[in-house]
Amino acid sequence: MRELPVKELQAALLRLIEQATFDLGGAECAALAAAAARESSAIGRAILADLQHNAEIARAERRPLCQDTGVSVIFLEIGQELHLTGGDLAEAVQQAVAEGANRFHLRKSILDHPLTRRNTGTNAPAILHTRIVPGDRLRILFAAKGGGCENMSRLAMLPPSAGREGVVEFVVRAVRESGGNPCPPVIVGVGLGGNFEKCALLAKESLLRPLGQPAANALDAELERELLTQINATGVGPMGLGGEVTALAVHVASAPCHLAALPVAVNLDCHSHRHAEVVL
Amino acid sequence: MDSAPVRITPPLSEEAARRLTAGTPVRISGILYAARDAAHKRLVAALDRGEPLPVDLRGAIIYYVGPTPGAPGQVVGAAGPTTSYRMDAYAPRLIALGLRGMIGKGDRSPAVIEGMKRHGAVYFAATGGAGALLAKCITASRVIAYEDLGPEALREMTVQEFPAIVAIDAAGSSLYRSQVECGR
Repeated sequence: MRELPVKELQAALLRLIEQATFDLGGAECAALAAAAARESSAIGRAILADLQHNAEIARAERRPLCQDTGVSVIFLEIGQELHLTGGDLAEAVQQAVAEGANRFHLRKSILDHPLTRRNTGTNAPAILHTRIVPGDRLRILFAAKGGGCENMSRLAMLPPSAGREGVVEFVVRAVRESGGNPCPPVIVGVGLGGNFEKCALLAKESLLRPLGQPAANALDAELERELLTQINATGVGPMGLGGEVTALAVHVASAPCHLAALPVAVNLDCHSHRHAEVVL
Repeated sequence: MDSAPVRITPPLSEEAARRLTAGTPVRISGILYAARDAAHKRLVAALDRGEPLPVDLRGAIIYYVGPTPGAPGQVVGAAGPTTSYRMDAYAPRLIALGLRGMIGKGDRSPAVIEGMKRHGAVYFAATGGAGALLAKCITASRVIAYEDLGPEALREMTVQEFPAIVAIDAAGSSLYRSQVECGR
């Protein structure tokens, strides 16, 4: 059985945190450039130019892309033939997240309880999801998830009679009613099916796909195209100040569901779409 | 943007605030106060208890921001606006005291806009997510109250040519409503 010390996981996670914080991805940069080229609103174009300039400054000066360096969301896909050694896995992840916040001068945005609202002072704990998969590798997916866009996310247990039309209406309304709050142009993660918690997780996981990569399922891919068109017809525009570019991409992920249910979840991510991954 | 930016240096008079119209780009230089939800809650709690505020808000502009600490040699790291609606519960009290401007992102509530119209205050939008770009306009930053709140402490920031746009003016005209609800 292959062995992997958790220290190696920690080192890899630190590299992912650094990359996501300072280096906007190539697909994201290209999407902003394409958006600037097609936006007809002058204010919208100025905002999109600011965002491209912001990415250059962040990369060159090692300043975080956004002051909301987010809650760390980590997915570990652990091969069932892999033996992680040298310490508690979850503890190792939380230590690395706290170390990253210190080393890269991130904002400490995590509170110990939603009602006491005391800052933990470490930016930990992260939200950690683990999954056992075939093989002997470890895949680490990291996202720095901002609070503003997370706040605009929503979930509905629609009646099956609502159908595809009801799903489209729910998703488009979620984006329209969010206006400028989630920092548009957004990336729209849609979970469809599963049950209550699975649906939310699908929406989150869909955000971690390479930007604009269509869903593998043809029905979902078609839904993505229709949603993107309708969302960009809302007029919300960059930062909600009007325009044609409200979303850079829509990602849909689906799963089987109960015959009584039509769950749909919308998880929004801001244009500062910070995610990175590695396989060890 | 079609017009040249208007240069603003707080404190702002009511007359100056009322002259600004929605859609006008501005460049702000001078002192801003940085405060988010938690600091607002304390400011309003102090008012409820009849205590003096740690800062004179007459003519002032509050920037809704919680910056990253910054690497050695940086005043702050990244410092873009946070979403403004979370301050809507508190803002009307501060506007009634003479707060003249707020900088954030996203639309405001009818109660905030009503207060802005009555007392003569302006809401500026800065580009959300442009934290690295906007931080470069901040030449000094110090905590002046509520240090225990960490990133949410009340700060005094000195800015130079800070770029924003008048999103809602003191007459209640709004870029959010005019452009979005009418489908542009």
